[in-house]
Amino acid sequence: MELVLFALAALGALAGGVGVIASRLPVRSALALLLVLGSLSVLYLLLAAQFIAALQVIIYAGAIVVLFLFVIMLLHARSGETRPEKLRGQRQAAYLLVAVFLAAIVAVVVTRPSAQTAGLPEGFGSAQVVGASLFTGYVLPFELASIVLLVGIVAAVVIGAPAGGTR
Amino acid sequence: MTVPPGAYFALSAVLFTLGVTGVLVRRNALVIFMSIELMLNSVNLTFVAFARQLGRIEGQVTVFFVMVIAAVEVVVGLAIIIAIFRTRDTVDIDDVDLLRG
Repeated sequence: MELVLFALAALGALAGGVGVIASRLPVRSALALLLVLGSLSVLYLLLAAQFIAALQVIIYAGAIVVLFLFVIMLLHARSGETRPEKLRGQRQAAYLLVAVFLAAIVAVVVTRPSAQTAGLPEGFGSAQVVGASLFTGYVLPFELASIVLLVGIVAAVVIGAPAGGTR
Repeated sequence: MTVPPGAYFALSAVLFTLGVTGVLVRRNALVIFMSIELMLNSVNLTFVAFARQLGRIEGQVTVFFVMVIAAVEVVVGLAIIIAIFRTRDTVDIDDVDLLRG
């Protein structure tokens, strides 16, 4: 059962990943990204991370992808990749480098030292356990994250405001 | 846990590589941005898989912070893309080469 769910979610994630980089229209890329995010949230559930899975759906699928779709509709942007590239051979070089990179990273995965899968304590991955860790050992990063969020909001307003317009 | 952790790591590696490919090959700024999100998500998957394997919650806490920063990054990045579109009427990064020597 778990194996079937993993296979389905992994297949969805891979198909979505290919769709993101291969589709002509940005809208289709965004929807493929949505497929990836949904599949990953299923994988998070399989990995006993219920809280993270919920966050994944709320933050990524609910907010980030919607933001992408809004901007795509706002810009009515065509893909615009019909003209020849300015740097000749960059596509071939990119594929070559990516193949080398994939080989290296898979080699690391295959040759990593094997570790026993640990047994899980009660409630592992629930909002309560993650929150307890967040508010004891990680209070300072948590507060800093709120400041970063505030800076991001202000930056978006400033950058997005029309130049020379009334604020 | 019947699925071996290596399967999650391998899936994450392939997803990350797809994201790198998108950044290197595509020229639409929005699609490049989505590829970056793809890479962030693949790293998140690795964190959660390690948290499960080692039975420690810190991996999931890290994913929480990655998500917060990713949200900020998307907001600022999309604002920059909109600003570029306003001034240069394009989202093709090959057309944005003011710093080219």
